Amino acid sequence: MLRYTEDHEWINLDGDTGAVGISPHAIEQLGDIVFVELPEAGTTVSKGDSVAVFESVKAASDIYSPASGEITEVNESLLDDLTGITPDRAHECWLFRIKVADAGELDELMDDAAYSAMIA
Amino acid sequence: METRRTPLYDFHLANGARMVPFAGWEMPVQYADGIKAEHLATRESAGLFDVSHMAQLRIGGADADAALERLTPTDVATIAEGRVRYSMFLDENGGVLDDLMIARLDGELQLVVNAGRADHDIAHLRANLHDANLHGANLHGASLHGASLHGDVTMQVRDDRALLALQGPESPQVLRRLGVDLDDFFFMQVGHFSIGGIDCVVTRSGYTGEDGFEISMPADLAVELAERLCADESVSLAGLGARDTLRLEAGLPLWGHELDETINPVTAGLRFALSRRRREAGDFPGAAAIMKDWNDGPARQLVGLLPQGGRPVRDGAELALNGTIIGTVTSGGFAPSLDAPAALGFVDAALATPGTEINALVRGREVPVTVAALPLVPHRYIRG
Repeated sequence: MLRYTEDHEWINLDGDTGAVGISPHAIEQLGDIVFVELPEAGTTVSKGDSVAVFESVKAASDIYSPASGEITEVNESLLDDLTGITPDRAHECWLFRIKVADAGELDELMDDAAYSAMIA
Repeated sequence: METRRTPLYDFHLANGARMVPFAGWEMPVQYADGIKAEHLATRESAGLFDVSHMAQLRIGGADADAALERLTPTDVATIAEGRVRYSMFLDENGGVLDDLMIARLDGELQLVVNAGRADHDIAHLRANLHDANLHGANLHGASLHGASLHGDVTMQVRDDRALLALQGPESPQVLRRLGVDLDDFFFMQVGHFSIGGIDCVVTRSGYTGEDGFEISMPADLAVELAERLCADESVSLAGLGARDTLRLEAGLPLWGHELDETINPVTAGLRFALSRRRREAGDFPGAAAIMKDWNDGPARQLVGLLPQGGRPVRDGAELALNGTIIGTVTSGGFAPSLDAPAALGFVDAALATPGTEINALVRGREVPVTVAALPLVPHRYIRG
């Protein structure tokens, strides 16, 4: 189940664990990504917490957790080649997986159609 | 406030620009290729920037030199016909109100000032040079055109002109291919040139650290000239994002960051902009404070900063050593030519030696930063 936040994160829930990334639109808006800070596995976070940072040439952008829970896995390989983070690869470029404490939180997020309408 | 558009607004959109508000203008921050690519294209070949948001002023009359000398530390009288000088408006404490270029062409002074300071600068010129009977006149528009100022001084706001910057090592070849003869025309010179049949006022100058040209033309011919220049395969369009990373690497100050009323020219590393005659006479605004720093050395100093570990350090970050705040970052981001983060900032003079290891405070954490000499990327001006 794929859902989006108003801050352009996506979460793809599979069972009780979801992969989290940022949308193609967000990657396009950031421009050249020059530094990424990822969270640490084992961290417990609340929905809306700043959990990662994307730095472009111009600015730093916080990435907020779309759900509360425990971060179970972090995609360190993403850091090997930041130029590989492109809009067309947005859904492969997951940042971390989170074991979601309350799947009901995701009801407040947008599905693909609603998100597409928001950025249109 | 209503944002203004340059004559190239539609041209930018047609070329895939992302427009952003900047200093009251809608300007291209980047085109489709992105800031890094535009930056590198400028360093390696040539980049074309719309800088029409900067204000072009013309100061004429027999007392023009003396009038500008009252506001700047520049020996304006010795700016020869066809020459350009970097200058600044100073306040009585020696703070920098704005920096600007002064060119002498056809016996008149041509000024280019920052977009974000244009209204301030025009008011400053009026307040200090203005004939009393013209108080209340509008800053912009016909009322000021040819307005007579104090003594024999006239000021004209050239909002009928556009300004393009062609920057990078291929720039001279681009102009030559359009029929421009650049023999005996070097860094910080100004002249009339026909570029592809369009009459332009050209200075060999810019704000990237590269060889290049700033080209002033009638606003209604700006698109035609931009299209002519872009038709040359050496030329890439470049936006304000690349302009900022280029000037950062070149160690060139930006008003509001490395320059403002709290920073004097010595602190900002601009001793060269204080003309000898003016220093000896001590007859410019803030001379006492500035000459004290000139002689004794400033308390703090502008330096380059190279953050370690890949994370950029941004404007406003504090700089610390052993838990004590010893400076502030004034501009920071990523330097494409260094393929690493880079920043500019002020540090206590004792810590300004290149190689000094300090820390920047970023999001509550210390990022190790090495002090570096400016410019971070060598200037490549072509001097006569």
